[in-house]
Amino acid sequence: MSIPADLKYSDSHEWVRLDADGNATIGITHHAQDLLGDLVFVENPKVGRKLRKGEECGVVESVKAASDIYAPIGGEVVAVNAELETAPEKINQGAYQAWMFKLKPADASEIASLLDAAGYQKLVEAESK
Amino acid sequence: MPFIPHTEDDVREMLAAIGVADIDALFDEIPAALKGGAIPGVPGGMKEMDIARLMNERARMDGEYLSFLGAGAYEHHIPAAVWQIATRGEFYSAYTPYQAEASQGTLQLLYEYQSMMASLTALDATNASLYDGASALAEAVLMAVRLHKSSRRVLMPRSVNPRYRDVVRSIVSSQGIEIVEVPFDARSGCLALETLQSHAGKDFAGLVVPQPNFFGNLEDVDGLADWTHAQGALAIGCVNPVSLALLKPPGAWGSAGADIAVGEGQSLGVPLANGGPYFGFMACRQALVRQMPGRIVGRTVDADGHPGYTLTLQAREQHIRRSKATSNICTNQGLAVTAATIHMAILGAEGLRNVAAASHANLQALVERVLRIPGVRRLFSGPVFHETVLGLPRPAAAVLAHLRSRGILGGHDVSTEYPEFGAALLVCATETRTEADLDAYAAALADALAS
Repeated sequence: MSIPADLKYSDSHEWVRLDADGNATIGITHHAQDLLGDLVFVENPKVGRKLRKGEECGVVESVKAASDIYAPIGGEVVAVNAELETAPEKINQGAYQAWMFKLKPADASEIASLLDAAGYQKLVEAESK
Repeated sequence: MPFIPHTEDDVREMLAAIGVADIDALFDEIPAALKGGAIPGVPGGMKEMDIARLMNERARMDGEYLSFLGAGAYEHHIPAAVWQIATRGEFYSAYTPYQAEASQGTLQLLYEYQSMMASLTALDATNASLYDGASALAEAVLMAVRLHKSSRRVLMPRSVNPRYRDVVRSIVSSQGIEIVEVPFDARSGCLALETLQSHAGKDFAGLVVPQPNFFGNLEDVDGLADWTHAQGALAIGCVNPVSLALLKPPGAWGSAGADIAVGEGQSLGVPLANGGPYFGFMACRQALVRQMPGRIVGRTVDADGHPGYTLTLQAREQHIRRSKATSNICTNQGLAVTAATIHMAILGAEGLRNVAAASHANLQALVERVLRIPGVRRLFSGPVFHETVLGLPRPAAAVLAHLRSRGILGGHDVSTEYPEFGAALLVCATETRTEADLDAYAAALADALAS
């Protein structure tokens, strides 16, 4: 699957989209869900929680593993995708549609410092070697 | 080990095969200075028949006491079928096999156990057991702190079993969790909401609610659970499972129910045995299950649609989550739980209710008798389950020694743990005590206090 060019990526496999309202929408990449396998549980951070870049803020659990989710940028959690509580498989079905949470960025320049699609492609290739 | 199969010839042959002169040579890497040598006072080997005779003699010296001792471990009748079945070869294993393809019987039994405990506690989910009641309470404290996320303090009433409080402190203090002791009301021997008010609005993750508490007293579980929830904290029930056959189960406490319930399972079919092995149980609301420690067995269907059992929610456990696991508990008390499951199945809900009611009635009858003895009083006046604290006119240790000389274990001396009580004794009567036993106790106590 091609890596969307309009998103930014962390090296811990989260994607970030800067929305028109200035908030950042965050999910895990197609590559991440592919490695995890069928997801059975998603734990999102609480709305209102202030996160630092790189902070552990959630868990995705599959039939074979559990992984922590890290905040790709700092900011305050303004929304979470409640649908994932009962339908975590949405992430397997479309990792770039099934967002996990939205942050109000503390410092929007942090987004620019993330990987672009080409950079993330290289990371995935390097990790699969 | 009662039987060692190797003859001297076998041993010689094995040593010859590996080219070693004698058994001591196998341990030659241990420096001589570190070896203990002969232990004075330990005699040489004995014949099987002689050792059996000696052990029987020693066992008789222990005596056969009439017990009114509780304080966390209770003598209940265990139907003969319980251990007859539990020790069948299919169940009697040193290790609990969890492999679904090889252990459907064990897994189904654990699933039945979990279902029974969930029904007894009126909570949604239980694990396959923990080591004992005290460590189960420590796990509940850790779980509450994980769930609460912002506080690492847990309120612990002094009316919780002192041994449990010690164990909890040992386990959680090194993890940066603070146990805040809460006093109980001196008159009622229970937690008072007014006392708790000083903690209102303060930072804490949970309150432990013992039911019945260490003194046998029944706490205002509804009020305590509701107060705790109003503070945004978790209500942790620490309960006696037999009492739940009569009392309101933790899942029904207050308007929302307790969040977590734990306790000692010994009174469900496990004999008193020098402190163990017993087993701890733990139950919680469904929403909290991913923070519950320990093994959990689930029911599912196989590829052909037939029901089957397997461990589930394993991403909580350390073989998957490593340092992020809910606990380092990666096992359960398989054999004790097997006995408990059979015990509950044989008794049934009505049988367990009868046990609880008879225990309560016997304690009431005992109290009635001893209150006729001058100087004996109840320290607290409220309702109790099958245990209560008696105030005595003489130091409890001397009274207990006298009772012991009459073949009676008269109770637990609480004056060291609770010096404010003065001379005081925690006594218990279960369904195993007869009218004659109660009379014997009352007579011996009267003598002990008169002499």
